[in-house]
Amino acid sequence: MLLSVIGHYSLVAGLCVGLIIIFFSIKNFQISEHLDAKILSFTFLQFILVSLSFLCLVFSFVFSDFSNETVFNNSHTTKPLFYKISGTWGNHEGSLLLWLLVLTLFIFLFLVKTKKQPVKYKILTLLFQQIIIIGFFIFLIQTSNPFNYIYPTPEEGLGLNPILQDPALAIHPPILYLGYVGSSIIFSSALAATCLNIVSKKWASHIKKWVLISWIFLTLGILLGSIWAYYELGWGGFWFWDPVENVSLMPWLALTTLLHCILVLEKKQILTSWVIILSISTFTLSMCGTFLVRSGILNSVHTFANDPGRGLFILVFLFSLILISLFVFFFFHKSTQNELNNFSWLSKETSIIINNWFMMYFLSVVLIGTVYPIFLDVLSSQKISVGPPFYHKLIIPFLIPFLLAMAIGPKLKWVKSNLEDKFSLILLLIISVLISFFILKIFEANFLINTILISSAAYLFFITFRDFFIKKFNNISQNIAHFGFSLLILSILFNSLFSSEIITNLKVGETFEDLNTKIILKSIEQKEEKNFKSIIANFNIENSKGIIENLSPELRIYNQPNIVTSEADIKTTMMSDKFIVINVVQNQDYFNVRYQVKPFMLWIWLSVLLISFGGLLSLFKKNYE
Amino acid sequence: MYGRKVKLRFLFIFLILITLILTVFLILKSLEENVVYFQSPSEIKVLSELENKKIRVGGMVKKSSILIKADEVKFIITDFKNEINVSYSGAIPNLFEEGKGVVAEGFLKDRNFFSATKILAKHDENYMPPEVKEALGN
Repeated sequence: MLLSVIGHYSLVAGLCVGLIIIFFSIKNFQISEHLDAKILSFTFLQFILVSLSFLCLVFSFVFSDFSNETVFNNSHTTKPLFYKISGTWGNHEGSLLLWLLVLTLFIFLFLVKTKKQPVKYKILTLLFQQIIIIGFFIFLIQTSNPFNYIYPTPEEGLGLNPILQDPALAIHPPILYLGYVGSSIIFSSALAATCLNIVSKKWASHIKKWVLISWIFLTLGILLGSIWAYYELGWGGFWFWDPVENVSLMPWLALTTLLHCILVLEKKQILTSWVIILSISTFTLSMCGTFLVRSGILNSVHTFANDPGRGLFILVFLFSLILISLFVFFFFHKSTQNELNNFSWLSKETSIIINNWFMMYFLSVVLIGTVYPIFLDVLSSQKISVGPPFYHKLIIPFLIPFLLAMAIGPKLKWVKSNLEDKFSLILLLIISVLISFFILKIFEANFLINTILISSAAYLFFITFRDFFIKKFNNISQNIAHFGFSLLILSILFNSLFSSEIITNLKVGETFEDLNTKIILKSIEQKEEKNFKSIIANFNIENSKGIIENLSPELRIYNQPNIVTSEADIKTTMMSDKFIVINVVQNQDYFNVRYQVKPFMLWIWLSVLLISFGGLLSLFKKNYE
Repeated sequence: MYGRKVKLRFLFIFLILITLILTVFLILKSLEENVVYFQSPSEIKVLSELENKKIRVGGMVKKSSILIKADEVKFIITDFKNEINVSYSGAIPNLFEEGKGVVAEGFLKDRNFFSATKILAKHDENYMPPEVKEALGN
């Protein structure tokens, strides 16, 4: 009760501070020898106010204060403490408050950490960022206040959706948001730099750090969501091309592209307009993601409530941001005249441009696949869905030149270069083609496209692997990230080629048998936990070599809300995952059993970790060649 | 005649245009082939011709219509006006229950018989896919 009042009023106060900051920054902008100390303190004050409000919400959850509507809708006294806390951002209102918290934190850090840039630039960045922050304040207070009050106070809350009660998903939103919101800093600072016409090498090396930070968090956030989907949703896959996944992939693609071409800007002062456009579109895509997910247009776990008012607000807000940025871009941006001077086809920048090109293609495929069904629904009320075959068909063939460019590109020098050690490059290419040909021959999965695809991925793999030993570690971060990417593609390919699956219905004591596998449902047992009942099934699985494994998947029947979830049992080894999940249909004796052997699952996660580790290393490095 | 810079710029714009056209063409073409339409049992009843294309059918699982065998699940999807028999062998999502909403993806055998390849999971007990809501509402 008291907490809600404090939380609510500190939000209102935060909004007022935002307006004060805008006033002072405009004043400071006219006489700009140094940054007004007041601005810095007010930005800090804003951050403190939002943190206070956020903490109030967290404690309302911890103390199960059901007079707060958000807590009532999403919490329950029997829930473990950890999930009470994570429930804070497991819902619409709380997650927006988290957005706001990260927004204010980042702008404060930005002001403190940015030292060598012009004062005007800092003030302008702050201004643009405050516009975004104030927009979110109004959105939060107007349409989705986390501190709404209900009277009379209910005895018990409605509980958090059990599939969200999971460690990976508890930290997934904060990490993902750090990535999303990091792109807002890039957006504001790109606009500020455009206004002042300082999009230069110096600016590029300064903003590169922010690009890297949000890229790392976005990568890790997507990884966490994917791992969660793998073991919790019970489909045994890691990526479903679900619209909700796609909206996080799109900013990632844009950000990755930005990360690469900002290097070109840093070295050669070209591609300025392209960098600005990418900075704008990264943030726009993040906002679009929030809009699509929050408005209830996409159906998924993330859809908390279908309130058209919220969707409309984000849409209007989004469009005004796009309008502002377009205005800034067209009126202030002067393209620098030394573009395309001493341009050569065989150079690092060309290869980066080529890769940008492919990235944009992938991005447009994902974008159209995601929004086309929505548009068709609005225009002709026809319901359609776009499935994995669409994405696979359009993306997989183009991965081949993409991977090859990724292998050769880093070998080239800036401006103009000749390919050195051509001989070993060709030799490695031949080796990788032969290896992939034999692998596919042995496992009798011989398709032309797979051979070429595995060859090019293996090529990237070998080249980056070799470079760990011959280079004097001057480009280790890039090499690690590219190596991780080749590992990722290889694991995904082998995973999809050599996975096997058995789906059957079994009663207790029954056995399923085919050529390679024998599945015995030995017994079931029941357990009572604090907030759920669980049914554990014990399976014996015997493969063709006679090795027996025991797997015990679980069904959980949560009491509040009353939902059944399946907990898969997964045996992970270096080479493959054995994945089993059961389900039961009401009033039936049969258990629906899904058993999968998935090779190289662990490597998919590890390679993504490796990719982000590459980014992390680059963050701590002074000079980049 | 033209400087190297101008030539390069033309080439660049030309390449961008070509890629754009190719991209749009490719995407539209595979959209046409890979899109899955959603239909309610009533809409299926009045279909003029049956295509051998993957579709989605949604509605309610009819009360006491689920029949499970070792290798197959049979049930009836209804929108309270018309219904369709579904046979399915595969994994069943958690919230598949009689009297609850369901979306099945697969192929039509005829106007009364649907062979599903996938049953879509819902995430929330109160949640109803918008398609199903609409199919039931009309």
